[in-house]
Amino acid sequence: MSIGAKAKAGSNGTSPQAVANKGKENVGLKVIIYIVCIILAILSIMPFVIMIVNSTRSTNEIQAHAVSLIPSKYFFNNLKILVSKSFDPKVGFLNSLIVSVGSTALAIYFSTLTAYGIVIYDWRFKHAAFRFIMAVMMIPAQLTSIGFYQMVYKIHMTNHLSMLILPAIANSSMVFFMRQYMVGALPFELVQAARIDGAGEFFIFNKIALPIMKPAIATQAIFAYVGSWNNLFTPMILLTDQKKYTLPIMVSLLRGDIYRTEFGSIYLGLTMTALPLIIVYLILSKYIIAGVALGSVKG
Amino acid sequence: MKKSKFTGYAKWGYIFCIPFFLAYAIFQLYPTLYTIVIGFTDLKGVATTDFHFLKNPFENYAFIIGNSLFRKAFGNTVKMWVCNFIPQLSLALLLTAWFTDRRFKIKGEGFFKVVFYMPNIITAATVAILFSSLFGFPMGPMNDLLTRLGFLQEPYNFLVKKTASQNIVIFIQTWMWYGYTMIILISGVLGISTEIFEAAEVDGANGWQTFWLITIPNIKTILLFTLVTSLIGGLNMFDIPQLFVFGGGPDNATMTTNIFIYNQAFKGSYQYNKASAASMIMFVIIVVLSAILFYMLRDKDEAALERIKKQEARNRKIREKEEKQRAVNG
Repeated sequence: MSIGAKAKAGSNGTSPQAVANKGKENVGLKVIIYIVCIILAILSIMPFVIMIVNSTRSTNEIQAHAVSLIPSKYFFNNLKILVSKSFDPKVGFLNSLIVSVGSTALAIYFSTLTAYGIVIYDWRFKHAAFRFIMAVMMIPAQLTSIGFYQMVYKIHMTNHLSMLILPAIANSSMVFFMRQYMVGALPFELVQAARIDGAGEFFIFNKIALPIMKPAIATQAIFAYVGSWNNLFTPMILLTDQKKYTLPIMVSLLRGDIYRTEFGSIYLGLTMTALPLIIVYLILSKYIIAGVALGSVKG
Repeated sequence: MKKSKFTGYAKWGYIFCIPFFLAYAIFQLYPTLYTIVIGFTDLKGVATTDFHFLKNPFENYAFIIGNSLFRKAFGNTVKMWVCNFIPQLSLALLLTAWFTDRRFKIKGEGFFKVVFYMPNIITAATVAILFSSLFGFPMGPMNDLLTRLGFLQEPYNFLVKKTASQNIVIFIQTWMWYGYTMIILISGVLGISTEIFEAAEVDGANGWQTFWLITIPNIKTILLFTLVTSLIGGLNMFDIPQLFVFGGGPDNATMTTNIFIYNQAFKGSYQYNKASAASMIMFVIIVVLSAILFYMLRDKDEAALERIKKQEARNRKIREKEEKQRAVNG
């Protein structure tokens, strides 16, 4: 405020001529801006359009002309070839769904619970606990994967999807986000009032705190879900049984030799994994974009 | 104030936080310690879990640091991150400047945001294989397009050329992340008080001056945040280079440290010990970097806390003054 006031006091105003010139400049610049934005938009969309169109074209058609905007009629043919080999979209979808839903639910519930424990109660180590959570927030799990793999191997739990779900209970960056949001959104008086009415602590958390946290939960749920759905590294080291493959590992099979010349099927496999995400994204885009922005302000 | 009244509830704080710390201990802390231990042992070979400590505890570390492939992988990782971050940030800053400038009032800003961010939401594995198909040889879409438009005389095999494959990986990373960075920067700029911009406009500052003298200094923290998170993500680059071209690419041009670690531990001779040492070297680098972020965020929080305390003190003084005055008047 003070900077603005000072700057205002020192201004002399602008001549009308300068303003007119600026107007013309702006039109030129505006055209450039639109051109750049449209080029970038095409760059973002084109790869997916080519992918979707090619998933309906035969390998011969693709080899003759790989870029086309006109769909062909080989969709089911491609599908037949695709599923006749190791790529099994149903299994991939189901496993990814189990892992993503399970880990998102756990991460949401326990992160909010931990944040609540830190925000609402005064206990001896609460500041230390929060500092610890902030400190470990940025450590990527990939770098401790060898110890994790050895541990899971020792207890004979490789190929168990639970090993991809349970670690979500300790999601430090989500605890951090939930804590930041809770400090502003959950009035302590509300908790006190509920206590006076005789509500138990878990009841207060489940019936009062969780509903108030809904906006933060929605944002975090989307990102946790997408992150889990897209995760490749951990499933890749743990899962060796094809029946347990998640979608990203399933996708990596498309890169293998068995599909080498089946271009239409490769594009179809890619489309099957990307299109559902694109559709869901377009439906939820408003919330997702807002969520990205919110994350930066809070974090 | 709350403290004295509600000490009886302290145990609930512990109860609510126990699941997190228990899961953390099992799934993160223990694996971390285990990885550190393995780094000092002879643990290797598929399906092996027994190990012995090495006579020279730093043998694996010496091997990794002296290993030319690891050094190359590290160099590639840093290079591919730098070459993707600079254009990514530049593009994001440019778009931020355009979208937040009130003189332009770009129509369809919402549409552009949605489209620019879209590649980020798609599974990286899918994106990597999609691009390896797009750049396929001899008749991938890219070759088809470039030969038809006359840019290329004959199809070019991008995926076996060192520079080409590295540049495509860099391009994919930029393409996936500039929209995300842009949204974060825009939200940072929208957080700046509009009065500052109005004042600059009144002073006759042009767009260029406003951007460098007002916008950039005011989003410094967010820029630093973007830098550190991107750096940590970049040092863990795996999905895109792993699946775009297999096995580290032509002459290992797209080999990153994480691909190196994966190949050491889960392929060939299953050298868990050497992979652990490599992991720990990267771990130390990243811990140092996240420490920077940690202090940055902590400072911000403490500054905010201090501001609140000051405000409260001021309010109290005002209240006391009012009360005194009321007493005098009464």
